Amino acid sequence: MNLSLILLAVFDGVSYAALVFMVAVGLTLIFGVLRILNVAHGSLYAIGAYLTASIGGAVVAAGYSPILAFPLMLIAAALVGVLLGAPIERLLLRRIYAKSEVLQLLVTFAVFMILEDVQRLVWGNQPYFESSALQLLGNIQVFGVYYTSYQLVLLPVVALLTLIGLRLFLRRTLTGKLITAVTEDREAARSIGIDADRVYLMTFVLGAALAGLGGALASPTTSVLPGIGAEMIVLSFAVVATAGLGRIEGAAVAALLIGLGRSAATYAMPELQVLVPYLIMLAVLLVRPEGLFGTPAARKI
Amino acid sequence: MQIRILIPVLAILALALVPMLAPSLQVLMTLALAKGIAVMGVTLLLRAGQVSFGHALFFGIAAYAAAFAAASNLDDLFLLLFVGAAGAAVSGLLVGLFVVRYRGIFFGMLNLAFSMIFWSVLEKFYHLTGGADGLRLARPEVLGLALDRAPFELLLYYLALALTLGLGWFATRWLGSPVGQLFQTVKTNETRLEYLGISAQATLLKGYILSAVLCGLGGVLVATAQGIVTPAYAYWIRSGEMVFIAVLGGVGSIPGAVAGAIAYEVVRIYAAAFAADVWQLVLGAFLLAIILFAPSGLMGIYGALMDRISPRRAAAREEKTSAQAAVQTKEART
Repeated sequence: MNLSLILLAVFDGVSYAALVFMVAVGLTLIFGVLRILNVAHGSLYAIGAYLTASIGGAVVAAGYSPILAFPLMLIAAALVGVLLGAPIERLLLRRIYAKSEVLQLLVTFAVFMILEDVQRLVWGNQPYFESSALQLLGNIQVFGVYYTSYQLVLLPVVALLTLIGLRLFLRRTLTGKLITAVTEDREAARSIGIDADRVYLMTFVLGAALAGLGGALASPTTSVLPGIGAEMIVLSFAVVATAGLGRIEGAAVAALLIGLGRSAATYAMPELQVLVPYLIMLAVLLVRPEGLFGTPAARKI
Repeated sequence: MQIRILIPVLAILALALVPMLAPSLQVLMTLALAKGIAVMGVTLLLRAGQVSFGHALFFGIAAYAAAFAAASNLDDLFLLLFVGAAGAAVSGLLVGLFVVRYRGIFFGMLNLAFSMIFWSVLEKFYHLTGGADGLRLARPEVLGLALDRAPFELLLYYLALALTLGLGWFATRWLGSPVGQLFQTVKTNETRLEYLGISAQATLLKGYILSAVLCGLGGVLVATAQGIVTPAYAYWIRSGEMVFIAVLGGVGSIPGAVAGAIAYEVVRIYAAAFAADVWQLVLGAFLLAIILFAPSGLMGIYGALMDRISPRRAAAREEKTSAQAAVQTKEART
């Protein structure tokens, strides 16, 4: 294999990792605070992608500048967070915090089933493809290899900003500190007067919006079609499990690991491409059952 | 005669008379019973407090194993069942060795990951598996006899009924056996199980393999009834359907699995006509409603009805449940 092929594989891996990270970080954030694994997270990603692709397509077709695609992505993310995330937490999850883990999984799984059909109802079965945002930014040349700036520069930069922003938000702002406090010990946080319900709602909306943003960012690079939500929830779970549930920085490392592994397989053994993320996850979990950065839970008797 | 004995007997009699009284329902009921067997596998795991979002994996593996066997010389219905069950057992052992190290979220999601891997292998390696089109499974011989379509379907129906009753009886007995009791302790208190010197993982693995075999047998029956196997057999939608039926029937109830499957198939055949596009949506909404408002499912409703009809037993049952509730609150406190 020559150098430019290796470079291409690395670029593929990095841009893919950036996208997966955006979704996985929302999943792991929600889990860290609510202790619920949101199976419907993949659907929120898919809906973000559908919103951006369909509205973006209409905007460009109406003759407006394709630069509008970028603010549109943020709007799509906000819509997913507020219109879907908030009602899901308020109306459903709030009823089941005291229930068993299995029931919580079943409830989010039911939401997933509902949202998968909602996508089909609204957007039909045909694929959507709208890449004007990607074309707008053009290509750049790195070490003699041409690659789209959108995937090589914009996606990783957004992912990094999200990581740094989340870290600063959780450590430096009052709201972030409240979230951290509830994550550490819900009862203690309540007893000193923190409104845990509000923290839960904010976290879920934020996580859902991140999934929507991930979908919005992914939409120019791929066709949006039914089933991408199911694939993404399994993949982002693989990332989150590899990192350790609830680990935000760990999710970035795991996303990079899985992204690079996947793109290496694309060039070396294409038929294994789909399997590599899971093989990495299984290999990590065999050695470290709690994930790379997870800590074993204390057993209660 | 006690009504609690009478109703199940009548239900089994009605099932046995389906080919005579309602021949148009026969194929539908074959599929419903086959799914009921598969759902028993999911139900079994619910008894250990675990939910698997990927049990269609074993359904699919057994169906494909049967299709490959049917394409070779091993073309006999009973051999196909055996091959499918063996395939499910071996894959159940391999996957089980890994997933029994986990509980709750990880258990459910790792199962989903395995089934998605298998599904994408089925789709990608199309020169072996026929890709999305799947494989044809020609009507097999039965103990050396080549049957026509009508007698074969009749035989398949009674085979499905016999297997449902036999396996349902076996699963119930297994849950009552010492190893089955230990298996259910994984749900109530795993640490105490370990303190007794018993490996919770090994116990869970035994139940997991049994559940894989049940799913596999259901898969082979559906595959022979439909004459084709496709990757959809192993897709998450199929797994979700199984979990749905298990919850609909009543969490952890073996007869509930069968009752749920029959109710599900009958409703689907009539409702699908005007809700085909939103079928998952309807299922999801129903699932939410059951979990939030009727958590004990069909068997819970049936039980409440029976308590009204024969209150003498109800008093005893109430005493038992209140005793159970007391134990549970005690456990929740510790």
